[in-house]
Amino acid sequence: MKKEMPLIYMDNAATSWPKPRVVIDAMMRFSRDIGANPGRSGHRQSIEAGRTIIEAREAVAELFSVSNPLRIIFTKNATEALNIALYGLLKPGDHVITSSIEHNSVMRPLRYLERQGIGLTCVACSTTGLLDPADVIASIRPDTRLITMTHASNVMGTIMPVREVGRIARSHGIPFLLDAAQTAGSIPIDVEDLSVDILACAGHKSLFGPQGTGILYVGKGMESIIAPIMRGGTGSRSESEEQPEGLPDRFEAGTLNTPGIAGLCAGVRFIVEEGIDRIRSHEEKLTEFMIESLASCEGVTVHGCGDAKRQTAVLSISLKGRSLSDAALVLDEEYGILTRPGLQCAPAAHRTMGTFPAGSIRLSPGYFTTEEDVAMTVRSLSAIAGD
Amino acid sequence: MTNKTHGYLIVLFDSTSAALLAERLLNRKSIAYKIIPVPRRLSSDCGVCLRILEEDRLAVEEAFKGAVDVQAICCLESKITSDIG
Repeated sequence: MKKEMPLIYMDNAATSWPKPRVVIDAMMRFSRDIGANPGRSGHRQSIEAGRTIIEAREAVAELFSVSNPLRIIFTKNATEALNIALYGLLKPGDHVITSSIEHNSVMRPLRYLERQGIGLTCVACSTTGLLDPADVIASIRPDTRLITMTHASNVMGTIMPVREVGRIARSHGIPFLLDAAQTAGSIPIDVEDLSVDILACAGHKSLFGPQGTGILYVGKGMESIIAPIMRGGTGSRSESEEQPEGLPDRFEAGTLNTPGIAGLCAGVRFIVEEGIDRIRSHEEKLTEFMIESLASCEGVTVHGCGDAKRQTAVLSISLKGRSLSDAALVLDEEYGILTRPGLQCAPAAHRTMGTFPAGSIRLSPGYFTTEEDVAMTVRSLSAIAGD
Repeated sequence: MTNKTHGYLIVLFDSTSAALLAERLLNRKSIAYKIIPVPRRLSSDCGVCLRILEEDRLAVEEAFKGAVDVQAICCLESKITSDIG
């Protein structure tokens, strides 16, 4: 193994790294100077902790064009946010529509709910992940209670026609749950513009927060149809042994990850300062460069739509005649390039893409990835594929 | 010495989150306030509330309009006679 090898982190779709300095500083500052439990006591440090949380709610609300920050619920990850929405909303006898490229954070709850008597339709996408909104309309039934869809595939990066699907859902009076795990922070999201009723996303991916942070946005009227799946202390209404109905307390039982949320807030502010369009433009340029240079690599197959404008900075590739896990290990040990081989927790997407069960090697650069990093990755893959 | 509670109102909210959001709104409008634990005689809630000047009531209500729900605005003098700092 080579020593002093510079690392090239190509796994931002799992968790972004490195984090902006301001994120680390905010977590340090909270832990060192504040540290108390938000909203649980009236003393100055508890209030300061509460302020840390409300500032984060405001920052996130602004990013998604949400007018009421109390509709921003903090969770431990996107999966928890999705679980709150899915288990809280769907009851036996209900029907739900999703796509054929969903992550297991959606598919596992839905498959479980299916066994409990919920009807499930997975609208088929093309092998490159493209979905025809007309197929969503054709899947709507009188008992359809929810349409849920990822904003972009975590396997091939393809961006879904969520604005169209949102409009379809709204025109039929069906709530629309958007899984923005792969897009929050890297693609502008306006919940009104996209007709999103509920949004779930991770804090630790493109929002630059630490692991252990996630977000659930609960749109108007949704709080009354989503039953909480967790109940417990909220610091408010302590005289009652019933869960408060108001937001955010209805869905936030127990002490929050305040140091993490302090970091998440700094991450969101970083995005706003840098400009999300600038972030998107950088990632798009890297993706385009990656698609073009890998296209000419012997033995490398690039999956997905092949158009950087229609996808996020996530690329799945296969290598002719090579075990993908072995190749990823060589990339790590010999070249210092960190990738994600396998099914990326999305067997449905791989079935759709035609790469199940072998999977793919996923390359996901981020805002801090340089063109030189991508060039080095392509050269290394080329060398491995040619072995 | 003036009575400590004279001229103050207490604004109660559904949750601590709402109280702290309300604080942000008052900051933006430069309206004076103090965050205090909810007086036990007003409510059994163990959270915090805002103490404002009586004369700011209309401005406060205007600042909160459509942005945060107020549970109640209480007059301190009528309900409490002491110990609100």
